Amino acid sequence: MADTQTKELRDTIPFLSASEISKLITSKEVSAREVAHTMLDRIEALDADIHAYNEVSPELALAAADDLDNRIAQGATAAELGPLAGAPVAFKDNMNLVGTHMTCSSKMLENFQSPYDCTAVRRLLDANTLPLGKLNMDEFAFGSSTETSVTGLTYNPWDPERVPGGSSGGSAAAVSAGMATITLGSDTGGSIRQPAAFTGTVGLKPSYGRVSRYGCAAFASSLDQIGPFSHTVRDSALALSAIAGKDPQDATSLNLPVEDFAAACDQDVKGMRVAIATDLLEQAGLDPRLKQEVLDSAELLAGMGAEIIEITLPSTKYGLPAYYVLGPAEASSNLARLDGIRYGRRAENAEDILDLYMRSRSEGFGPETIRRIMIGTYVLSSGSYDSYYTKAQKVRTVIKNDYEAVFAKADVLLTPSTPQLPFKFGQFADDPTAMYLSDFYTIPVNMAGIAGMSLPTRLIDDLPASVQLIANHSREADLFRAGAALERSFAFPYTSVPAGRS
Amino acid sequence: MALTQAEVREIGLIARLNLEDDAIEGLQEELNQILNYVEQMQELNLDEVEPTTHSTELTDSLRDDVAVPSLPRNLVLQNAPESKEGAFLVPRIKAVGIEDGA
Repeated sequence: MADTQTKELRDTIPFLSASEISKLITSKEVSAREVAHTMLDRIEALDADIHAYNEVSPELALAAADDLDNRIAQGATAAELGPLAGAPVAFKDNMNLVGTHMTCSSKMLENFQSPYDCTAVRRLLDANTLPLGKLNMDEFAFGSSTETSVTGLTYNPWDPERVPGGSSGGSAAAVSAGMATITLGSDTGGSIRQPAAFTGTVGLKPSYGRVSRYGCAAFASSLDQIGPFSHTVRDSALALSAIAGKDPQDATSLNLPVEDFAAACDQDVKGMRVAIATDLLEQAGLDPRLKQEVLDSAELLAGMGAEIIEITLPSTKYGLPAYYVLGPAEASSNLARLDGIRYGRRAENAEDILDLYMRSRSEGFGPETIRRIMIGTYVLSSGSYDSYYTKAQKVRTVIKNDYEAVFAKADVLLTPSTPQLPFKFGQFADDPTAMYLSDFYTIPVNMAGIAGMSLPTRLIDDLPASVQLIANHSREADLFRAGAALERSFAFPYTSVPAGRS
Repeated sequence: MALTQAEVREIGLIARLNLEDDAIEGLQEELNQILNYVEQMQELNLDEVEPTTHSTELTDSLRDDVAVPSLPRNLVLQNAPESKEGAFLVPRIKAVGIEDGA
């Protein structure tokens, strides 16, 4: 390949969609190896400033690229290789990938080597993608800014003074800065959709049970779900088709048909019923400009033939308090396995087993993790179980019923993704509950186990704005259908991200 | 109902966390802040509401009772802080100060 051509490709590949990259590779216009090198070089040049990656895996990426190039040389067709073939991908550092570490951005697991692959990771790699590495996150996914990571801050590619969101901040920043085409994150209360909103990327939280959780370090098992980040809605749909499906290793994964979700992106929205929650748009703390994005989105959809329905969703405000009981409760139970015995950090010179447990855990966990374990332990203790834990589970029922009423009338619900644009580092250092509010619109979706997607709309003050689309359980196709229509209308300028420009 | 420092210490023991004295006060304040925040749930009348433990309607998820291979021992032990003869090595189980045979 000529040098000028090479340079041109190197400039465009980081912001091409997976399907575009796949076409280039399978038509032999560019080799998978060239794509891998381009992305690895970009990470090398850019990630010192962004710190999206905890670990880069050039050997794995190049091996996958060579394997793909060989198969193409031997005559494998585009149809055989699939629409994601050659797409550069990366994974939140709470998912196992053999040949890398899984640290959960915690001192507790800093040396943990993955003994097996996470199912969602494996399935994305089986779609012939190129694994670039593991991505930064809040420690054990506890946070909304990626500031609780022990490996350092991740900087928002749109503004280095601002957080990328969290907990999947690295997964969001990597796509946003053109350092991966598709990444996987996990979402317990908004940990995919909030960072997607903050970085101008598409972030999908699938329905509970749609994607296997096997091999992803558990935070709150009844709420966690793995999902993709991407530049485009179509890539999100392609990624979901790749990772979805029943997995014998996760008893909560559902035997739903794995649809061709990308087909939904081509459907128009005529006759689609779109709900907006008027009370949620009057919520204190909502930036009026983000409210306007919701109203404008509704108008755009209406202009394309959708029917707009006004509803209210009064239980939403109880999502957060209930979540800060249920999340920590499940987390304290899940993190009990980290005891310094079978894996993870072990304190030296322990006197006896209790001393070993106590010191290993205190040395290994950071302050936010300790806070969550403490809250969870307290609300599960016999004296407070009914007044906190059972009550929060009842709130969950109320939320679920409210959504059921909405989806009896509507196909999708349009809300803000976050109440505010991306915030600055340290902005909420003094008050842990203030930052929790950034998950106000996302948490109830996890509580009900339904599907949600954050979609970038426009830039406001040079920062990405967004809306959230919510659909009933297993109705992700409706998210892609409405999301793709909005994407075409807004044409969010994701290639104009300042990161990496000289 | 605010947590006392003694209660924070007790929760720490249950959670197997070794909390330094100077950390207790800060934690007490933070935990009470969070518990105060979640009090909002009291506004709802939930007497007639059933709790939801899980969002999907799954009950039992059974598979055929066929043995499948588990992880090989070397992989299971590769992350062990200490291992010996194919097993995890741990310190003595009895608390220090309890006499053998007591």
